[in-house]
Amino acid sequence: MTTLTKQQRDPAGRAARSKTGNTGSTRKKSRTHRMGDLRIAMVFIFPAMIGFVAFFLIPTIRGVYLSFTEYSILGDPTWIGIKNYTAIFADELFWNAMSVTLQYVALNIGFQTVIALGLALLMHRVAKSTFIRGALLLPFLVANVIVALLWFWMLDYQLGIVNEIISWLGGPRIAFFGSEQWAIPTIAFVNVWRHMGYTALLIFAGLQSIPSHVYEVASLDGASPTRTFWSITMPLLRPVLVLVLVVTVIGSFQVFDTVAVTTAGGPINASRVIQMYIYQKAFTESDFGYASALSVILFVILALVAFVQMKFLKGNESDLD
Amino acid sequence: MTTSTPSRRDPAAPARTAIIIKPRKPFNWRRAGAWTLVTIALIVTIAPFLWMLRTALSSNHSLAANAGNLLPADFSWGAFKRVLGLQTPEEAIAEGGSGAAINFWWYLRSSIIVSTLVTAGQVFFSSMAAYAFSRLRWPGREKVFALFLATMMVPPIFTALPNFLMIKNLGLLNTYAGIILPFLFMTPFAIFFLRQFFMSMSREVEEAAMLDGASKFRIFFKIVLPNAGAPMATLALLTFIGTWNEYFWPLLVGQDESVRVLTVGLGVFKSQSPQGAPDWSGLMAATLIAALPVLILFIAFGKKVVNSIGFSGIK
Repeated sequence: MTTLTKQQRDPAGRAARSKTGNTGSTRKKSRTHRMGDLRIAMVFIFPAMIGFVAFFLIPTIRGVYLSFTEYSILGDPTWIGIKNYTAIFADELFWNAMSVTLQYVALNIGFQTVIALGLALLMHRVAKSTFIRGALLLPFLVANVIVALLWFWMLDYQLGIVNEIISWLGGPRIAFFGSEQWAIPTIAFVNVWRHMGYTALLIFAGLQSIPSHVYEVASLDGASPTRTFWSITMPLLRPVLVLVLVVTVIGSFQVFDTVAVTTAGGPINASRVIQMYIYQKAFTESDFGYASALSVILFVILALVAFVQMKFLKGNESDLD
Repeated sequence: MTTSTPSRRDPAAPARTAIIIKPRKPFNWRRAGAWTLVTIALIVTIAPFLWMLRTALSSNHSLAANAGNLLPADFSWGAFKRVLGLQTPEEAIAEGGSGAAINFWWYLRSSIIVSTLVTAGQVFFSSMAAYAFSRLRWPGREKVFALFLATMMVPPIFTALPNFLMIKNLGLLNTYAGIILPFLFMTPFAIFFLRQFFMSMSREVEEAAMLDGASKFRIFFKIVLPNAGAPMATLALLTFIGTWNEYFWPLLVGQDESVRVLTVGLGVFKSQSPQGAPDWSGLMAATLIAALPVLILFIAFGKKVVNSIGFSGIK
């Protein structure tokens, strides 16, 4: 999940910059040598190309193919058309997984974005020190598994410090990971804790790109801080916020590690998120065709989510011009 | 959020404000409120790690009676000894461990092997590709690059299933090669990251070398790479941390004890605990040691990581 986050962050910005930076010189030379450095480029690109074709391109195509087959590892995949898909739409566990995942995403992204925005504003206004930023980033650098185990202990029903504090305050102990109603909010919270500093840093980078003269003009006009925030900061931050949202929502949909280590999808089906369901279909039930169809659906959902967010929140337009 | 007194002046010194136009940092409620929030955020972030340490330094049996005590309950190095295999099974069981051998050193070794090889391979091969995508001119370059870019949109789970089948068909399940191969040659992100940097490098030295008849290989190894130390180090750091923390892929292909990495091992360690009373001290000691390399790297190069978020980020 984390590597994906890093990967998906900035294709738009990079591609745009690369074009402006390079067209001039490319055009100049390629007229004289049409093939340019083709041969030498092939050598340079060869190892990466092997990795790309073998582990990214072919698997992507094969994944789509497998989703139309019945395949249990043993033997060969048999083509069954769209049967996997029709089965999925009638599969209650699939709908349950979708609903659980959506609850998780809503809780995770809702809290995470608001907290991260607050933290980013604080860092921007008062606490610019690298030390503070570093400290807030710490949970993100520690493995999901470790974070999950740490909170599994801290939120333990019997001995966990959190329940200890709750009962000290006079409240009833809560089975955070063990009850159906708490499992998803708890997992969402654990990942808010892990990601809030990182998300705040992304937003912070965006805040720093807002030119200071805009603020100066606002303060000369006597705008209140609240008004400055809603009329200047938010609109100018919008493209960055949209990108951050696209990236974090996509990552959030693929939650797995925390669930796998703490609840394994339980109690009953309460935390069986979609990626957990795919994992179980493929590796516990050996139903690779069905699992592939599920991941095609996840892929489509993620693409739609990204598209809708970019489109309706106008992520690629800035209000600065 | 902190909507308190808007007055910037110090009400206590009205006489001075007439002379000194800018009063020397008066007490500012908004600032104080902001710093309070920053402090709370820092405590919320750091305290769980201290709790991890506190638990690891406690005796497992004493945890129950001292659940709310902020200091280690019945201070002991036992948990660390247990995890590192320095206790006999009898001692371990007496202190609340499972008594089963945990090959922690072996997991650590696997994690180091996997993370180091992936980092070295990925950064090097990606830098070669990034060079071809930025400084060499060849037909179809932008199209091939766009194709690389497009696969960044594919969620890892999607390629994980077919990749698992391929690794299985190659007979590489439960081998280091199986865990490493998919990430050894490139990730689209690594190529982007370096391509971006290569494009901003000055061409002058390169062109001078070219006039002197240096080959592209010579230029790449003698001029481009030495000048790309900073971004390559940042990328290596990010790749290492990412690989060290990876759970899903090694869980699929590296379940076997002989190649099990730390993250997978920790998951197993949890389920290995005897029924009723998990070995929390041991578990926290293990997670602490597993997080240590990342913590050390972060303390040493933290600035680089923090700044790379801005660099590789949206801006």
